Formats: sequence, structure tokens, C-alpha cells
Amino acid sequence: MATVSAAVRRDWLVGYAMVAPVVLGALAFVVLPLGMVVWYSLHEWNVLAGTFTFAGADNYQRLASDGGLGDALLASLWFSIGLVVLNIALALLLAVLLNQRLPGTTTFRTFFFSPVVVSLVAWTIVWSFLLQADGGINGFLAVLGIDGPNWLRHPTTAMVSVIVVQVFKNVGLNMILFLAALQGVPEELQEAARLDGAGAWRRFRSITLPLISPTILLVSIITIVGSLEVFAQIDVLTGGGPGSSTTVLVYYLYQQAFQFNDFGYASAVAVLLFVIVLVLTLLQWQSRKRWVFHEV
Amino acid sequence: MKSDVLPVTTSGPPEPNAPAGPPGDPRRSATAALRPRRAGARARRRWKQWLLVLLLVLLSVPFIFPTWWMATSSLKPMSEILRRVPTIWPQDPSLDAYGQVFALQPFAQQYWNSLYIAALVTIGTMFVAAMAGYAFARIRFPGVNALFVLVLVGLLVPSEVTIVPLFRIVNSLGLINTHWPLIVIPMLGAPAVLAVFIMRQFFLALPVELEEAGRIDGLGRWGTFWHIALPLSRSALGAVAIFTFLKSWNLYLEPIVYLSSKENFTLPQALTQYVDAYGGPMWNVQLAATTLTVLPVLAVFLVAQKQFVQGLAHSGLKG
Repeated sequence: MATVSAAVRRDWLVGYAMVAPVVLGALAFVVLPLGMVVWYSLHEWNVLAGTFTFAGADNYQRLASDGGLGDALLASLWFSIGLVVLNIALALLLAVLLNQRLPGTTTFRTFFFSPVVVSLVAWTIVWSFLLQADGGINGFLAVLGIDGPNWLRHPTTAMVSVIVVQVFKNVGLNMILFLAALQGVPEELQEAARLDGAGAWRRFRSITLPLISPTILLVSIITIVGSLEVFAQIDVLTGGGPGSSTTVLVYYLYQQAFQFNDFGYASAVAVLLFVIVLVLTLLQWQSRKRWVFHEV
Repeated sequence: MKSDVLPVTTSGPPEPNAPAGPPGDPRRSATAALRPRRAGARARRRWKQWLLVLLLVLLSVPFIFPTWWMATSSLKPMSEILRRVPTIWPQDPSLDAYGQVFALQPFAQQYWNSLYIAALVTIGTMFVAAMAGYAFARIRFPGVNALFVLVLVGLLVPSEVTIVPLFRIVNSLGLINTHWPLIVIPMLGAPAVLAVFIMRQFFLALPVELEEAGRIDGLGRWGTFWHIALPLSRSALGAVAIFTFLKSWNLYLEPIVYLSSKENFTLPQALTQYVDAYGGPMWNVQLAATTLTVLPVLAVFLVAQKQFVQGLAHSGLKG
């Protein structure tokens, strides 16, 4: 330390001062709450009686035997699978179509991207209005002579509705990421394959798809992580119902904490959610490394 | 990633029947021999093109119809909304629902709440993230890597995981039903980490030479940051501003946890409150409020589309 000049030390001080807000913020609003949630999860917490007693692993044992949690995990799984499959497939289709040098491409891109900037709750309210038993969609179906279901009141159609509403909301973002990847595919490779007599589908499968596969992997993981945090859509569209059919993990956590005031158990659910997201995010970082390598 | 890879700069498709290339292009001489066959192929390609455009038109429906339906339904009276056969255009357009939006709730106040909270969070995040991003990228102070990793932990923690302890912290500070947690936590906590990360990446890619002139002019570290590096980072700051504003504007879980009285509500929370005496939604009023929430943002998006797409694609990748 003695060898460090005063000027350098002053430079360091400026550095510490500049990172201080986010470092203190991370300590106060990320690290401390993370520690607290683990601490809470080890306690039996009765908010009304004001008791807070150490309970060891009780809450975690309850996790293992709680049927409601099992349902929530299953709902999350269905939601995530449905969302990722539909979202990636549609995003890829839109990106490929927009990459064809068709007339009006710019306008279509604006259309597909616009829901991304629409407030999530607003978007969901409009769809909720459309999906009512006597709403717009069934109205138009009736014109065609089709008797539409009560979309948000049957377990299967409710889940499908929640997924589809979310896909249309955010698919534009993934579309843009895929479009960027598609435009990185060298023209010469396509041309060479064309001269070798490869058809459009064959070229897509054997050249385009392998070259953009790192992007697909990365985007898929980002979409899965995002899908685990779905809350507003569920709250506005279905309130977790009918029954518990659309009660995904985050919604279950919210119910346990803020409807049943079971903060201890809710904290154990939060720890579980954290572990799942942690694993997926580490996977994502792993794949990003490969992706960046590929890009450069 | 290279931002110019993003398709936002494609100005439009080239003419479908543009000449194959400049003279001397080997492809041109090759196609010349095949011209009769090519003419038929070209007509077929045209056909295919229009089929693809038709497909794009059909695919656009679920993306733009809801916005159309929202805006037109907000002009319909409830009786028309409940009609069995939907009307594409309101038969008897009226602004009654818009009047009710403001009569039933302090909607102007709620609008202002959302606006000023989002503005403060955006400005604060830009400032805090630019500072930290710069220091993490440029200054080799002891512990720089450890502190950066500490901050990055925020990327791993969804806001739902820490909502219970944060609620307890806010509660014990007596700040429940105030806007403080909606302003301070996003600005300094997990939501700001992405902004720090993006700013750091930007400054890492910025050539140090650009700052050396300032050094020679006698600017200190802070002066170099403020007068040279910060003005150069406008594009990254723009991206941060856009996704930070939208994130705050759309925040839903936090307001419903922290806020309890209507005059403190933010827009996403207020939109769901237009219900009749039986708890059924008053659709036209709800949709009128929703229209008022959505249209300004959509208008800004249409004007600054390029920045929006780049900014949000940025956050999508790094998030």
C-alpha cells in the first residue's frame, strides 16, 4: 500500500464513491433480503398472533408433502413448456418471414413488436375482455356459426389462454433477436447450397438452423426464466383459477404470503423459486459464453 | 453483440426485379443463358411472395386487433358491448366512459403517480448505472471484481423471491402506502443491475484514447467521466432509459403489495379497479382507462421505434 501514490489512491476513492450507490443497494435490497428469506423459511410465523418461532426444516418438509405446491409446480411446468414452444416457434416463423425481403417488412415488424411496449396489465385486460364468454372472440366465432367455450372458466382453455396472451405480448422481442441472428448467416453459404440444388426447407434445416442454434438456445432459456416470473397476467386473467389450474409457482407464493399471511412457508416457496431460477440462469450464462464465441 | 446486426437499419426491401448485379458480375453471365427458364421462375416467385405477404397480414391480426378493439370498445356504451354480434366500429360513439374513468377514481392523480415514479426511477437509474458502470469498467481499485460480482447477484434474484422480506423492511421503516419503495428499490436494487451491466459493457468497448485528451486538459477522473465518457454513452443510456421506464410503468406486483389507498395507486393497479357493485368489470370504463394508458406509450414508440427496438432487444439479451 505504501508504494501507491496519492493520485492513484484518490482515483480509487473516486471509484469507490461511484460504485457506492449500487453496492449499498445490492447489500440492502438484494443480499440482505435474500438472507432474510432463508431465515424466515426456517421459522413458523404467525402474523396475527405475532409469534415467530424457529422451526428448522419444517417448512421444507411441508414443501415436499404439499399437494398445492405440486399443482403449482405442474402448472408452472405446463405454462413454461407451452410458452417456450409457442413463443420460439412463432418468433422463428416471423423472423424468417421478415427476412424474405417482402414488401412492407418494416410495417409488419412494427406490428409484431408493438405489444412489447404496451403495458402488460393493459394488454391483459384487453385480452380478458376478448376472452369473456360473451366477449369479442366468441362473438366473432358465433358469426361463423361456432359456439366458443368460456375460455377463462375451463382449466385447459384457461391455461392455453394465459399462454397465448403472453406469447403475443412478448414474441416480438424474440423475433428481433432471431432476425439479428438470421442476418448473420452468410449469404454465400445459402447460394452455394442453392447451386447444389438444395430446396428452401433443406437450406433452412441444414444451414440456417445449425448456424442460429446458439441463439435459439439462449433465447429459450431467457424465455423459460421469464416465464417463471409470470404474475400480473395470471392475477388479471384468471386469478389462478379455475380451481388452481393456472396457479403457477409465483402466484402460489403470492397467495401464501399476502392472502394467507403465511410468511414462513411463503419464504420456503421463495427459496425453491430462487434455486430453480438460479440453475436456469447459470445455464443461460453458460450458453451465452458459447453464443458470444460464435458471434465473434 | 454488434448493435448494427439488429435489423432496425434495413430501410426496405430491394426491388424484386432489380438487375442481378453490375456488369462483370459472374452471376449475371450465368443467368443470361438461363433467361427463358428464369422468367417463369420469377413469376412463380412473385406469386409466392404475395402468399407470404398474405400470411404476414393474417399473423398481424392478434398483434394489432386487441389495440383496435380496446380503443373502439371504449367508445361504446355497455349495451353495445354486451351485444351478441360484435360491432367493429361503435354505432353510437360516445366519450361517456372517459368521463367515468375520472369520476370513479382519482385517475389523473394515479396517472401522475405512475409518470413521476417512472421518471424518477429512470433518471436515477441512468445516473447511478452510468457512474457504477464507468467505475467498474475503468478504475482498477482494490476489490473491484468482488464488488462487481456482488452487484451481479441481483441478476439472479427475481423480484418475487425477495418480496416478503422487502415488504417487512418497508413496513418496519413505516413506508407502506408511500411511493418510496417503488422509487428507491428499483433504482438501487436488483432491477438496476441490468443497467449497470449494460453501461459497463459499453464503457469497456469505448476506446480509452477518447478520454486521454481530457486527461491532458487536466480533467480528473470525475471530470473525464462527466464531460467526455458520459456524453459519448448516449446510445447505451437511451437503451437503459427505455427499458427502465417501461419496467417501472408496468410494475404490478410491487404496487399491489406496498400501496393500499386509491390516491396512491399506480396505473396498472388502478386499471383493474373499475368494477360495478357486484365486482363485475365495467368494461367500457376499464378499456377507456386502458386506452389512456397505452396510447401515449405507443405514440412514443412509433416516433422512436429504432431506439425502442434496440434498447429492448439489448435488455432482452442481457437479462
